[in-house]
Amino acid sequence: MQLEIRERTVGDVVILELHGRITIGEGSVQLRDAVSNLLNAGRNRIVLLLEGVTYVDSSGIGELVSRYTTTKNMGGQLKLLRLPKKIKDLLMITKLLTVFEIYEDEETALASFK
Amino acid sequence: MMLAENVVELTIASQLEFIDLVTALTDNITQMVGFDEEASYWINMAVRESVANAIEHGNKYDSQKAVDIRFTVGVDALRVTVRDYGEGFDPGALPDPLDPDNILNPAGRGILYMRTFMDSVEYTRHPESGMVVSMTKRRMPKQTDEGDSRQDAVRN
Repeated sequence: MQLEIRERTVGDVVILELHGRITIGEGSVQLRDAVSNLLNAGRNRIVLLLEGVTYVDSSGIGELVSRYTTTKNMGGQLKLLRLPKKIKDLLMITKLLTVFEIYEDEETALASFK
Repeated sequence: MMLAENVVELTIASQLEFIDLVTALTDNITQMVGFDEEASYWINMAVRESVANAIEHGNKYDSQKAVDIRFTVGVDALRVTVRDYGEGFDPGALPDPLDPDNILNPAGRGILYMRTFMDSVEYTRHPESGMVVSMTKRRMPKQTDEGDSRQDAVRN
């Protein structure tokens, strides 16, 4: 299964629920397009809910980094919610765990934007 | 060509959609060999990264160029070699993804992941053309050397 993205909004925060794989090719491109569409519409407070993500490769990790820096450069914030352990491992190996704001519960993630 | 019983070879065109075919075969082989679920997952990822690199950076998505993958099941270890037919590169010249200046680079982490998840990873130039990456994963890992220390850190 490639990446499926469901979007919902809480206040002025957009939560993208990701399901499937973020890998070289389609999954990474889908994530890039979804975040770009939000930024182009001026919606720059974004949470990526990752608990449904089953597999990420280095391209997927790169895409998370890329979406984070693009959002930040456009004056927004992109935060991660409920990381599966293997994604956490991949971020830790590449010293990226401290780069992202990572939350375990949605309420706290949403409150962090205020 | 005559192959030993413990060798499985696969050649694909340089198309990303074939990576899943290679990793499916990888999963079958690691299960057959008896690696646990955790080790199998990370071997799968190392193979995925090496094949993706061969397609993207080696053959530069030229679908006329092949990627050769060879699995050798030894008594002590699984060895995987991946060959591309590109112009080759100097692995020592690649930027360090852990350098603070490179931390936010969108690319450049694949080989680090391969080195983390496998016990050894070596790049050599093929005498005719392209690069060959040879990766080894021991079937009964020792607990003392650097590769295992890194992987223990991942597990904990």
